[in-house]
Amino acid sequence: MVEEGEGELLAWHDPDEHRKWVERNKFRTLKDKRMDLREAVKRYVKNGCYIAFGGFGHVRVPMAAVYEIIRQKKKDLIVGGKTGVHDTDLLMASGCASKVEVAYCFGHELRGLSPASRRAVEKGKVKVASEWSNAAFQWRLEAAALGLPFMPVRVLLGTDTFKRSSSKVVKDPFSGKRICLVPACYPDVAILHVHRCDIYGNSQIDGILVMDFELARAARRLIVTTEEIVEEEEIRKRPDRTVIPFFLVDAVVEVPYGSHPCHMPYLYYFDEEHIGEWLKLSKTDEGVEQYLDKYVYGVKDFVEYLNLVGGVKKLNYLKKLEKLQVRLEAPWMER
Amino acid sequence: MERDKGGFSTIELMACAASKMLKDNRSVLVGTGLPIIAASLAQKTHAPHLLIIFEAGGVGPQLPTLPISVGDSRTFYKAVMATSMNYVMSFLQAGYADYGFLGAAQIDMYGNINTTVIGDIDKPKVRLPGSGGANDAGSLAWKTIIIMRQDKKRFVKKVDFITTPGYLTGPGEREKAGLPEDTGPYRVITQLGVMGFDEETKRMKLLSLHPGVTVKEVVENTSFELIIPEKIPQTPSPTEKELKVLREEIDPAGIVLKRK
Repeated sequence: MVEEGEGELLAWHDPDEHRKWVERNKFRTLKDKRMDLREAVKRYVKNGCYIAFGGFGHVRVPMAAVYEIIRQKKKDLIVGGKTGVHDTDLLMASGCASKVEVAYCFGHELRGLSPASRRAVEKGKVKVASEWSNAAFQWRLEAAALGLPFMPVRVLLGTDTFKRSSSKVVKDPFSGKRICLVPACYPDVAILHVHRCDIYGNSQIDGILVMDFELARAARRLIVTTEEIVEEEEIRKRPDRTVIPFFLVDAVVEVPYGSHPCHMPYLYYFDEEHIGEWLKLSKTDEGVEQYLDKYVYGVKDFVEYLNLVGGVKKLNYLKKLEKLQVRLEAPWMER
Repeated sequence: MERDKGGFSTIELMACAASKMLKDNRSVLVGTGLPIIAASLAQKTHAPHLLIIFEAGGVGPQLPTLPISVGDSRTFYKAVMATSMNYVMSFLQAGYADYGFLGAAQIDMYGNINTTVIGDIDKPKVRLPGSGGANDAGSLAWKTIIIMRQDKKRFVKKVDFITTPGYLTGPGEREKAGLPEDTGPYRVITQLGVMGFDEETKRMKLLSLHPGVTVKEVVENTSFELIIPEKIPQTPSPTEKELKVLREEIDPAGIVLKRK
């Protein structure tokens, strides 16, 4: 070994230990896995667990599940911030997360920085366990998906991002050059939002996959929330479209619009009005409380939430926006 | 950034200068904001076959409007492929990305970039988003182009955190660290001018001044010693056509171009 990052090693398992865990805990039984969100979160999201979410930034993020985690007041979550934007921001702001691994967090892309999660880290309420790049993070997931202890990569080298990661640099025995080994990342639980799946969990995603293909195999427990549950026959008609097979999935939850206020490719676009409201309110701790009281603690379920954010009228607008039929309006664009 | 000089804004000039660096039949990995605007402009003017790639999985889209996120559905609208980050990052690592296009909060004379933190990483004054895909683009693309604001707090002797590698501490250091050979920062575009890197020393060098900007102004806004050649050309002003495409086709709402 030539060099070692000083970041905390998290979510790593010896590959044989992981294989044995899989043998004991994951079954190839074709079983109806439907349950409600409350039950799925209660059963699989444990206090102190390492959690990662599907999608990217504000795209195809399982927001209904994020709200449910906050509603159940989960504690000390360690979040895999693999471009963790709205999900990570809310989990840090609500006090559910106490540690995060960062490839990209604390920002909302064009919309600006995240006031709440920045405050949480700058005041020391949330600890950054390690730094990564997007490619490094997804190659950690790829290593876990392959059942390997690490992945050799040519990023992070020479930087402070490396120094703050839990990677190691070695001399590659083939080329003789220095190469970075990123440790496998096996999240305790992952939650993904998909376009459709059957009751067993066979899932299809339309559009880009981001890291979900790898994340689904890397995570030990996997909750799939879906826009709709379809017949098994629908899946079998186009098996080439399946990105997650049933035996990886532990829970199936049907949540139409389950990514709101985030964007579900081909179905609905970002709800900029709502994201804008969050960015404005989250400038203060009182504002965060106000937001959570109104949209999370104050509603009994996701249907009530959808009505509160504008109901059918708003959802139709977001669908039209996705189809480029109406003009985008966003509070953060106003000047 | 909004100093208007003869019918165009500085930000429009920056977009045009950046666009001209992207050659036809090449590939570019872009981030949101100005990089995507510059790549889009190149595609609509001199480089119709410029292959635009997004880290989240969009490959070769025909952008209908400005994407808000590098993962939104606009980034794979009429694309040749909607794939995964793994796929995109793999072909970056294998040498298929000609340009990586980034923003930055701080940069030093060797083009090392910080987008992670202002102040001490353990006691951050301002916590920034981190690498995202920046370290990947800066490590793996053949040429990295950086677009950012220039002032003494941003053009610094030592960045608070090296998020993304430039030439590290000098010539040969990237290769020594194990990074792919013959890669590294290529251009830095700011509101004052365009910078490149000296071939021998790998130090940042002034290449052109925007209309109305003086060498003195550039030096006053740089905390390290910039290589100043004897003759410095002026950055070409945007053409009528470029301005029309920018304002009417690429960002009619002024999401990025009219941003303060």
